[in-house]
Amino acid sequence: MQGGIYKCLSLISERINDNKDFLTELDREIGDSDHGINMARGFSAVMEKLSPDDSDIGAVLKKTGMTLLSKVGGASGPLYGTAYMEAGKLTAGKTELSADDMKAVFEAAIAGIQKRGKAVKGEKTMLDALIPASESYSSKIAEGSDIVTALDAACQSAKEGVEYTKTIIATKGRASYLGERSIGHQDPGATSTLITLEAIRDYFKGA
Amino acid sequence: MVGIVIVSHSWKIAEGVCDLAQEMARDHDKIIPAGGLEDGSTGTDAQRIADAIVEADTGDGVVILADIGSAIMSAESAIEILEEEGRNINAVIADAPIVEGAVCAVVEAAGGGTVDSVLASAEESREASKL
Repeated sequence: MQGGIYKCLSLISERINDNKDFLTELDREIGDSDHGINMARGFSAVMEKLSPDDSDIGAVLKKTGMTLLSKVGGASGPLYGTAYMEAGKLTAGKTELSADDMKAVFEAAIAGIQKRGKAVKGEKTMLDALIPASESYSSKIAEGSDIVTALDAACQSAKEGVEYTKTIIATKGRASYLGERSIGHQDPGATSTLITLEAIRDYFKGA
Repeated sequence: MVGIVIVSHSWKIAEGVCDLAQEMARDHDKIIPAGGLEDGSTGTDAQRIADAIVEADTGDGVVILADIGSAIMSAESAIEILEEEGRNINAVIADAPIVEGAVCAVVEAAGGGTVDSVLASAEESREASKL
């Protein structure tokens, strides 16, 4: 890892910001057209709170989670906020993450999102990207792959998960009011999850 | 007295519901709004809700009324933030419509109700027929 957790969060923030209009556009189709705006607002607030000298991964993830809980405004605030908070609890005091730590981080993030949103896979949510990504990551690590290879597999699965969300009906959140009309549209939350995972992978690749 | 927190995506709604409920119980001084984001945007902010819960609590607990979408998840997050801070506040979320629930909750609270009875009173409003 180069530059530590601050650099990783900066990359996530940058990518979310780059995709602000795209995410908002997706949300215009099946939601209340604010996902990109909300996420970008949340992550700019996160970057204001973090310092390049921050090295305790748990502390940074906790601060990120608390800030998202407060600044995002929409449902993705408590969902991503809880995911980062739960991941932060596991990584308190750490300045580096092993491949297994990363596995635990993904699993904690999923557990956090499920606790808060009471969703399962197949409901057209961020979990449809994150659960398959986490599963692919874990099986690659179990086969002995390195983190970058495992994260590549995770991103591929997340991408397929996003595609899968086009084929299903939303039963959670604002999109559920649309029923069958939500079919054909990809889920904005699953998409921001994919963007986040790709940023994490690129960080590990040194991009 | 059981405190009441009104959570809405909109600051105006939160304040307005508090004003309306206040008229039903002039001597209840712990009806606290938690609406919108700090910068005035529409949305819910778990930290703002957590602060409102602290302000509303006199030791007798707090009943929270929340509007649509993320409001419930943000209120749940707020309760967890306070638990993690080690604060011992009995805060519960009512499964009730925000305006009717708030009016019923405030009346029960002002009458000396407990968290359980205020919660029940707010939730009974869900069944009230208007026509």
